[in-house]
Amino acid sequence: MPLPRLIPCLDVANGRVVKGVRFEDLRDVGDPVELGAAYSDAGADELVFLDVSATVESSASALDVAGRVAEHVSIPFTFGGGIRTLEDAAAVLEAGADKVSVNSAALARPQLIEELAAALGSQAVVVAIDTVDDRVRSHAATRDAARETVAWARECEARGAGELLVTSIDRDGTRDGYDLELLGRLRDAVSLPVIASGGAGTAAHVADALGISQAALLASILHEQPARLVTLRDELRALGVLLRDAA
Amino acid sequence: MKVAICAYGAGNVRSVELALRRLGAESCRAERPAQVRDADLAVLPGVGSAGLAMAGLAARGLDEALLERAAAGRPTLGICLGLQLALDETEEDGGVAGLGLVPGRAVRLRAERVPRIGWATVEPAGEAFWFAHSYAAETPAATATSEGIVAVAEHESFLGVQFHPEKSGAAGARWLERCLSRV
Repeated sequence: MPLPRLIPCLDVANGRVVKGVRFEDLRDVGDPVELGAAYSDAGADELVFLDVSATVESSASALDVAGRVAEHVSIPFTFGGGIRTLEDAAAVLEAGADKVSVNSAALARPQLIEELAAALGSQAVVVAIDTVDDRVRSHAATRDAARETVAWARECEARGAGELLVTSIDRDGTRDGYDLELLGRLRDAVSLPVIASGGAGTAAHVADALGISQAALLASILHEQPARLVTLRDELRALGVLLRDAA
Repeated sequence: MKVAICAYGAGNVRSVELALRRLGAESCRAERPAQVRDADLAVLPGVGSAGLAMAGLAARGLDEALLERAAAGRPTLGICLGLQLALDETEEDGGVAGLGLVPGRAVRLRAERVPRIGWATVEPAGEAFWFAHSYAAETPAATATSEGIVAVAEHESFLGVQFHPEKSGAAGARWLERCLSRV
């Protein structure tokens, strides 16, 4: 198996990194290229950028962000938010992103996963699953998607997804730890790599998730501070997690 | 040095272009056979499916151009799917004939998790590089492996890597620099 991955997640809106609670009260916390490059220097294995505004105006700036990140960052990155068609996804990859992440659009029209996988390859297609109590949520987790989480994960795999980014919405931002029970069931249900998300508060939480899943998404635990990633990596190594030597 | 990156609708051309630029090497996006045939170094990037990629090469006449430069002994670097396309054949998409520049075939991975995505150590170098693939080469031309999977293969003037040096941070940049210095 490849090494366990640490993936800082940056929420972006209108070309800036923002921070907010459940997509509300967004405030500007920096430039996506600067912060992305700093995380890369701090030892990130990949980056995820999520456009949390996903308006028409923002998607043009998202493409610009993807292009600028690609110029300055030499590790892989995923772009998500507002991708509804193969054309949207192809444009993001053309700009230099390595993967796209789809969520609500795939729930609305699951065939999108097959179209993306056929044209771009499964390795470029991440399906993000927001979940509460074994139910999938859509539209930034505001609506019930009328699907059961593990069943939807299996369907994503069958349709050609390359990875699953699974966020336990009720844990998100709580810093109480990942939903290990769900991650365990997903590990057994699919053979795709799974990126665990939601609930990281300590290095031990991250280590627990990496014992089950292939990667951990890091959001509030980092506080948009790349230096925190350096110490987190040291703490994880002390806990016996084998991380990439990024030098 | 003239570096031509094959632009045939199935490669992360911009990522390769930017990685080379960071090393001070300018490259062109080559869609015409003559650009590929005559460059000092040709790069065959590739992501996506083998069937579409081969069709994209053939539609632009780049397959012939790659064969011609190989016959003339000019170096070509194949990345990821670009390595797999250089083999005799791949079992992807129900079986697709490759360029035949490197003996062997690409087969579906039998790893625990497929696609195989992430940083993995390449031996004998001992450094980790970025991989993202569902198929891999089986070839007598292998010169480096990662978890038993072919990571580098070299045959005559063709050098192929399964990993993505253009996305492998500092280790990838060092690898690309060595590659450029050999041309």
